[in-house]
Amino acid sequence: MTEAAGGQGRGHVWSGAVVDADVHAVVPSIQSLYPYLDDVWIQHVEEREWRGPTNVLTYPPALLLSAREEWRPAAGNLPASDVSMLQRDLLDPWNVERAIVNCVYSIDGGPPDLSTALASAANDWLIAEWLEVDDRLRASIVLPTRDDPAAMAAEIDRVGGHSGFVQALLPARSGKMYGKRLFWPVFEAIERNDLVAGIHWGGSNDGLPPTPQGWPSWFVEEYVAEIQVFEVQLLSMIAEGVFQKFPSLRVSLLEIGFTWVPMWMWDLDRNWKGIRREVPWLNRPPFEIVRDHVRFTTAPLDAADAAELAPVIEWLGSEKLLMFATDYPHAHGDDLSVLLDATPEAMRPKVMAENAREWYGLARPDR
Amino acid sequence: MTEKPEPPRSPHDSVNRYVVARVRDVPPGSRLLVKVQGREIGIFNVDGRFHAVLNRCPHRGGSLCKGDILELVVADRPGDVRLDPMVKFIVCPWHGWEFDLETGQSWYDPASRPAGPPRYPPARRFDLRVEHGVDLETEVSAGAAVAGDEGATFVDPKTHRAKGPYTAEMFPVDVEDDYIVISLRRFDPVVAAAE
Repeated sequence: MTEAAGGQGRGHVWSGAVVDADVHAVVPSIQSLYPYLDDVWIQHVEEREWRGPTNVLTYPPALLLSAREEWRPAAGNLPASDVSMLQRDLLDPWNVERAIVNCVYSIDGGPPDLSTALASAANDWLIAEWLEVDDRLRASIVLPTRDDPAAMAAEIDRVGGHSGFVQALLPARSGKMYGKRLFWPVFEAIERNDLVAGIHWGGSNDGLPPTPQGWPSWFVEEYVAEIQVFEVQLLSMIAEGVFQKFPSLRVSLLEIGFTWVPMWMWDLDRNWKGIRREVPWLNRPPFEIVRDHVRFTTAPLDAADAAELAPVIEWLGSEKLLMFATDYPHAHGDDLSVLLDATPEAMRPKVMAENAREWYGLARPDR
Repeated sequence: MTEKPEPPRSPHDSVNRYVVARVRDVPPGSRLLVKVQGREIGIFNVDGRFHAVLNRCPHRGGSLCKGDILELVVADRPGDVRLDPMVKFIVCPWHGWEFDLETGQSWYDPASRPAGPPRYPPARRFDLRVEHGVDLETEVSAGAAVAGDEGATFVDPKTHRAKGPYTAEMFPVDVEDDYIVISLRRFDPVVAAAE
């Protein structure tokens, strides 16, 4: 069975191919982006002694959830803040075929021009210091502020042609539902560049509480409440007809697990039968649309018992929906053996590598 | 295993044609709920076209005939929404499922089960004809058709409130009138189209 309790390492648990659909790159400091930032913004940052976006609030470095013990770097360094950490901790020991690097850089609020400049800098940093350093890596485009969808689309067009980018990253907390027509130019750009729209845990807390009900008192509330934000985003995209408007659009839901999906989609299918007339472009049950257009990464697994998890996976009604992810460096306590034991044998290679390979076109020569 | 005893035969067993209403009592946009041989059947006049549907939704048994009649809303994509007035649905007041008034077909559950037979049958429709009192008079007096039955009840199409009772005595077959006659044999849209 599992070699390492708590799911650390792939050990004897899985000997097949691994594509990791969600690993993180953390910008170590605002200064590390200076080589990619125009002087006007360096002066702005220096004058104000600004320390950069507050993504450490989402995953405070010392928090147990922020990094698995074996993935914690030497004191003074942020976890996942250098490609060598990822190579040493994960890519080499796990023999990872491909990993999708997601840089959750909380610049999706704030002054629009600064946000746009920082998004471009972060993407150029990803290209130079991650993608061009290790061929096993692919990445998601960091997007500027949600208040400027035109700038989001422009950044997608600026770097979307780079073969290393396979996805554009939309923070789950956006203050506005992604299905709204306001965001359609963004999805148009994503489709135009043959990318995936990746909705990822987090988002700047700039004016936005992490739950629709306001600010929680504790991190545990923020951490567990995030599912509802994803639900609303996916629901909005389905109901507003985004997948009819952009029939080749692919969406990944990242770092939110999947155990909530089947019962929630059952409820949507049920209600669609009765109130379909409101959304007549949905000409088939919404869960079928999701199966064609949406994928979910497996972390956090939200299950510790394979027997309990197996019916949930079966209820998904497709072997293609799940993409394995470690969510490096975060520590959700996922036990890989639980995921594998709960998954039918023929489906395991799909979850561990094939689904992500196909979804992101990773086997294509231009990727 | 013992044979079930034959139920006592009703004098109407050999008859499956029932005169349930005068045409002029069911103007366009109105509906009538009638009870025939223990079955509640909704008679609808939709734009001058009559339909007879069993008042029982095949999904969960809701009072189907008390639901709204709506036209099909169609859209190929968001921003392109229109009505298709050629398709009329009776919409069950319980869960909002739509049943095609022409065929009784549910537009939903079959779609959610691409493999295998649909989980629910169509809403039950009955053959319905409009006939003139002169023809019916002979038939009724010969016992081949039944004028009225156990009573009928009007249902307001807006509030869905019953206005009844409207008893069988109110349907003496008058040779000067046109009547709605329903047949209790199951409606078969293929046969109906052939006719």
